[in-house]
Amino acid sequence: MALLDVQDLQTYFHTEYGLVKAADKVSFHVNQGEIIGLVGESGCGKSVSILSIMRLIPSPPGETVGGKVIFEGKDLLKFEANGPQMRAIRGSKLTMIFQEPMTSLNPVLTISRQLTETLELHLDMDKHSARERAIELLRMVGVPDAARRVDDYPHQFSGGMRQRVMIAIALSCNPTIIFADEPTTAVDVTTQAQLLELMKDLVTRLDTSLVIVTHNLGVVARYAQRIYVMYAGRIIESGLSENIFNHPRHPYTVGLLNSVPKLGERHGTRKLIPIYGLPPNLINMPTTCAFLPRCTEKIGKCEKEPWPELRAVDKDHYISCYVDIKGK
Amino acid sequence: MDTSSNDKVMKVENLKMYFPITRGLLRRKVGEIKAVDDISFEINKNETLGLVGESGCGKTTTGRCILRLYEPTSGSIIFSGNDISKMPERKLKNFRRNMGTIFQDPYGSLNPRQSAGGIVGDPLLVHQMATKRDVKDKVAELFRIVGLDPDMMDRVPHEFSGGQRQRIGIARALACSPSLIICDEPISALDVSIQAQIINLLEELQEKLALTYLFIAHDLAVVQHISDRVGVMYLGRIMEIAESGELYENPLHPYTKALLSAIPIPDPVAEKTRTRIVLKGEVPSPVNPPPGCHFHPRCQLAIPECSQARPPLRDVGSGHYVACIRV
Repeated sequence: MALLDVQDLQTYFHTEYGLVKAADKVSFHVNQGEIIGLVGESGCGKSVSILSIMRLIPSPPGETVGGKVIFEGKDLLKFEANGPQMRAIRGSKLTMIFQEPMTSLNPVLTISRQLTETLELHLDMDKHSARERAIELLRMVGVPDAARRVDDYPHQFSGGMRQRVMIAIALSCNPTIIFADEPTTAVDVTTQAQLLELMKDLVTRLDTSLVIVTHNLGVVARYAQRIYVMYAGRIIESGLSENIFNHPRHPYTVGLLNSVPKLGERHGTRKLIPIYGLPPNLINMPTTCAFLPRCTEKIGKCEKEPWPELRAVDKDHYISCYVDIKGK
Repeated sequence: MDTSSNDKVMKVENLKMYFPITRGLLRRKVGEIKAVDDISFEINKNETLGLVGESGCGKTTTGRCILRLYEPTSGSIIFSGNDISKMPERKLKNFRRNMGTIFQDPYGSLNPRQSAGGIVGDPLLVHQMATKRDVKDKVAELFRIVGLDPDMMDRVPHEFSGGQRQRIGIARALACSPSLIICDEPISALDVSIQAQIINLLEELQEKLALTYLFIAHDLAVVQHISDRVGVMYLGRIMEIAESGELYENPLHPYTKALLSAIPIPDPVAEKTRTRIVLKGEVPSPVNPPPGCHFHPRCQLAIPECSQARPPLRDVGSGHYVACIRV
């Protein structure tokens, strides 16, 4: 059975311009020890989905209006967002790594304080053993000279090192699932490689599940076993990593993969095929497929029928589209 | 594109840009940041030269020195027969019309209170390339060239999407018909599905208007796609420079190899067979860079000689240059 089972999650934002369905009937699951990728462009609802699971959606204006988030046999959406049950899970069993380590670490507290806080709170450790464990965690994530640096402040760390601290905090209470929201977007490419390898090694060793949320298709191709592609608040394609990248079936996924330059292609040999038009404005969306105005494969049915539900096109391969590109 | 023709549009020689670090009330100079540390390169006519490197490697500073938005510490920048680095201020103002710039952030680089038409038209008026009367027609033409509807001229930047805003930035860069355009991370702020639109536009414009580009970016896949030749920078220096296909197929410098292997590619099957060189440690501070080769503390091939002297950028044949004594 899946560790985490998200079913038809719906999170809406009530804005002064209208209703924004930021996450609309999002369903996915995470198995033990698995790395999955949640991909999409900005505004597609990937972060909102994760924040809804963690019950961190600010309300108002946001509201999780429907769906189920089954974790350890219980529906997290039934708990109060700041109630004792949720607080016991959040930060210990389900943890997060955020994009910008400078803004997610508290600048006026030492690294030691920020690491020991979770340990003292969730694992009931005393000050001394929490500090020892904090140093051990920093060593584990590759912070050099950890025993001394544990007393430093975040600004004394470089971007890559700060992100390592974030990983240490996420790991501190032996979590079941780590959600990494654009974990390497703010760092350089060689640092990104260091961090991704580190995360992969750690979760494999600790048998933890990892959900990587990213707009960078390359980041998840190497590490994720399964991929969910999101567009305009919905999951539009899901499947094994090899299938999504090598045999994509939804026009958006196909378009996205064709629009990025491939490393090693000789200059001048291929023109990029862009996806024309713009990502949709999520306010008061039509009921038809949100990708329709940009789609090159549309058929008559697309204009009349509502946005289709996900359907299986192959083993463990789902798309929400009336057209199936495989034949082309 | 004909790269064999030898008309050089730009020749940069021994360019240095050191920023002073000052301290105290008297702003006493206590050190220097060697943002660009003695680099030389050339750009041929109608060519795109890519500059890649991680943040702090000096690629943006190089671009800004060429525009003389910074006063270079030393070195020369020859652009169509004139040395930009020594040009008097009066002449410079007029001369800058030959160079356009596209900036990274389409939100920060456009005046939020000026109309899109005004933003694109201003350079024309400043350089007296249009009169108040015909500026509107010229702006409309520029709008069409970059794929914007001229009817949107009176709108202000926030009414445009990110991709459209970058098109406004491109129209502004093209306004004075420059021969060289410096593109400083022109697509990194855009959504993935929009990036290809802008890359294609830049390629079409280059062909149509015979433009020369200096394309600065951190994304090696994008740089390689658009550039004829690519220079790899690290801590203020050029480590390797080669024709873009050659750089990928036959990278020589250990840093280039690490950089290439670090780039994730969206293909899980190919990724399985790739070996990733994970560099140790982090980029050192440019205030106190390591002696000799700047890369040697992180280099797998380093030998004691590497810390003795700076390796020269030497020619290894067919326009491939590398600054390493171990290859």
